[in-house]
Formats: sequence, structure tokens, C-alpha cells
Amino acid sequence: MARITASAFTSHVPAIGAAMDLGKTQEPYWSPVFDGYQYSRQWFSENKPDVVFLVFNDHATAFSLDLIPTFAIGTGAHYKPADEGWGRRPVPAIEGHPELAAHIAQSVIQSDFDLTIVNKMDVDHGLTVPLSLICGPVDADGSWPCPVIPFAVNVVQYPVPSGRRCFELGRAIRRAIDSFEEPLNVQIWGTGGMSHQLQGPRAGLINREWDQAFLDQLINEPEALADKPHIDYVREAGSEGIELVMWLVARGAMSDVNGGKAPEVKHRFYHVPASNTAVGHLILEEKL
Amino acid sequence: MTNSKPYLDVPGTTVFDADQARNGYHLNQFCMSLMQSDNRERFLADERAYLDEWAMSEEQKQAVIDRDFNRCIALGGNIYFLAKIGATDGHSFQQIAGSMTGMTEDAYRDMMVNGGRSIEGNRFENEQSKNKKDKD
Repeated sequence: MARITASAFTSHVPAIGAAMDLGKTQEPYWSPVFDGYQYSRQWFSENKPDVVFLVFNDHATAFSLDLIPTFAIGTGAHYKPADEGWGRRPVPAIEGHPELAAHIAQSVIQSDFDLTIVNKMDVDHGLTVPLSLICGPVDADGSWPCPVIPFAVNVVQYPVPSGRRCFELGRAIRRAIDSFEEPLNVQIWGTGGMSHQLQGPRAGLINREWDQAFLDQLINEPEALADKPHIDYVREAGSEGIELVMWLVARGAMSDVNGGKAPEVKHRFYHVPASNTAVGHLILEEKL
Repeated sequence: MTNSKPYLDVPGTTVFDADQARNGYHLNQFCMSLMQSDNRERFLADERAYLDEWAMSEEQKQAVIDRDFNRCIALGGNIYFLAKIGATDGHSFQQIAGSMTGMTEDAYRDMMVNGGRSIEGNRFENEQSKNKKDKD
């Protein structure tokens, strides 16, 4: 049977992708960010999964105001990196895993989560930057190390799903993966955040203490963290800090909140700033 | 019954809720059109003519021409959509965000390098007016 072996959490700032694409990673501004992912790239190469289930949000790229799915699962065979207005990132297309994705869609919808099924979409920095950060640089004519199932959460137009809803969705995704017959090693990643605000006179807001407390609670008290109301994210972590609810999807899929053992914290990193944003990163590995 | 909007007292912040999205629908969809390079070129060649193809209010069109992103947000724009105007101008997300704060580009970048805008005094609107009074 398939199983989840680890979860990873990371911010997905577009400027991080641009820094890699333009060869700026060794510049003094950027090197502290990339130093924080050196361990992760090594860890990933030594623990390469068969599939990454990647929870991210679309930033008005694939989904305009014509159609706004709260939860959308990619069941397609491949996805192109999007032109978000600055041109396409020079990274390869993403291979999907249609069989596992279809199985998860079937199982999770039958668990009362109303997923939108997507066979064709371009994926923006929300998906490609976490891949670049954790897998390392890949040439546009190369290929990513493994297939990816994109899972988009609406955090752009309110109301966005609650932390509790995201957490319970993670549990349903775990049950779905556990019941897939092929013995696949699956990682689940939650992306976005941490504190940042990109709009209005309060733009540039960063809240280190809140972010660190969020990381602590995500590790140790995820069940309580799931009940944090939206207004706390917006007020304390900035209007775009709401992206952090997506981390709860990945956390809800871990063993310890589904009757098993606590995960091991393999890596924890925090840095301010990347452009307008606080960068947070965690790797949690399941214990057998 | 009225929907709850507990976020209205967060200073300098507009939450993009269903009412904002309703008001900003055409403005935001115009922004989406700038994801295609030929549309970006056409827009830059004659902004007014391009905007007139959209069912936007005159205020929205003027706010776009003025690159007044705070005004665009007040009129229903969302930052992820509006960023496509900034991208069309060749600006980074940091330049776009900074332009809404009243700070110079350098001052905003320095603030971020030094840890960003503090949360202290920035949680509630009434804190801000109190701070202002204290300063006065």
C-alpha cells in the first residue's frame, strides 16, 4: 500500500524563484535564504519519494474571478509553469500522477470534501518555487525528480477555508493515500506564508514571534492550531499570512494526529526577509 | 442576517471578500488579460483605449492609469491581480507593495532588510489613531 513518509513546509515567494533563475543565489541578500535549504536538498536526494502531494495556492494565474474552487486537485498527466506577467520560469513542466490523484479524488470526495477536479492548468510560483527550493535547480530541458500532484487551496478570495477544515482535509487525504494499492512513498508538502502583507499602507508587516509560535504549535499542538480563527492570521501575520492555513492540510495528514507516532523534526529554518516575506521551513519525518 | 466581517478594524488592510470581489470583477479580469504578452504590449501602447474595452467604472480606469494601487484596492482590486499591472511596467512585487505604503522604494527595501514592519501598533485601527495622538 502507499504511505506518507514525510511532510515538508515552506514559503513560496516568487522572488526566490527569480533569484534562482537569474543566478543570484550567492548574493549577500539571497545566500542566507538558500543556506537554509542546503540540508533539505541533501535530505530530499536521500529520501526521494515516488510522488509529492503539493498543497499550494494559485495567485490569480490558473483561476481568475471567473471560477474560484476552494479545493482543486490536479489529476492531469502534466502541467506547464505559468507566465504570471513576468514571463514563464525556465523550469521543466511538472509530471502529474493521474492514477494516485484520481484515487485520492474519489476517496476524499466520498469523505464529504467537495474537491474540484482539474485536468488542465498552468501552475504558478506557488508550486514551482517550493520544488526549486527543496529539489534544487533543474534546467528547463531537464525534469523534476518525481511526479507531483498539485492541490490548490483558495486563499485569495474570502472566505477561505478554515484551519480546521484544512486539517480535517489532511486527515482525509491520508486515509486516501493509505488505501492506494501500489506501494508508493508519498511526501505531502504545505506551502505559503509565513507572515507577510503585500497590500495597502500596512504592506511589509512581519511578525517573527507569531511565526515562531506557529512553527512550535504546528510541530507540537497541531490539533489546537487548527482552531486558530482567520482573523488571527490576518491581524498578526498580515493579509497574505492567511496562506499558512495550507500548512494544516499537510500536518493533518501526519501519523500522530491519526493515531500513530509523533514525527521527527528533521529540519527547521526561519529567515527575514525574502522580498516582502518571512521565510519559514520545516521537514517532519514519519517514524515507523 | 449580516455576514460577519471581523477584519474591518485591521489598519491599512483590505480583505478581499465577496463584496470586494463583486465590485472589482471587471477590474481584476482586465488585470488577468495582462498575462498575455500581446495584451501587455497593446495596453502599454494605448492604455485608455485598452481600458475602454472593459466594463470598468471611470474611477477604476483612472486609478489604473494613475497606478494608484491603494485606490484600485478600494475599488475592488486584489493585489495578486493588480500585480500584473506592475509586472507589465517591469516592476518587482517589492516595488508594487512598497508603492502602497507612502515610503520611497529604498526606505521600504531597508525596512524589509531590517526585519519588516513591526506588528506593534499595527494590529487595530484605534491603536494607530492613539499612536498618532501620542506623537502629536
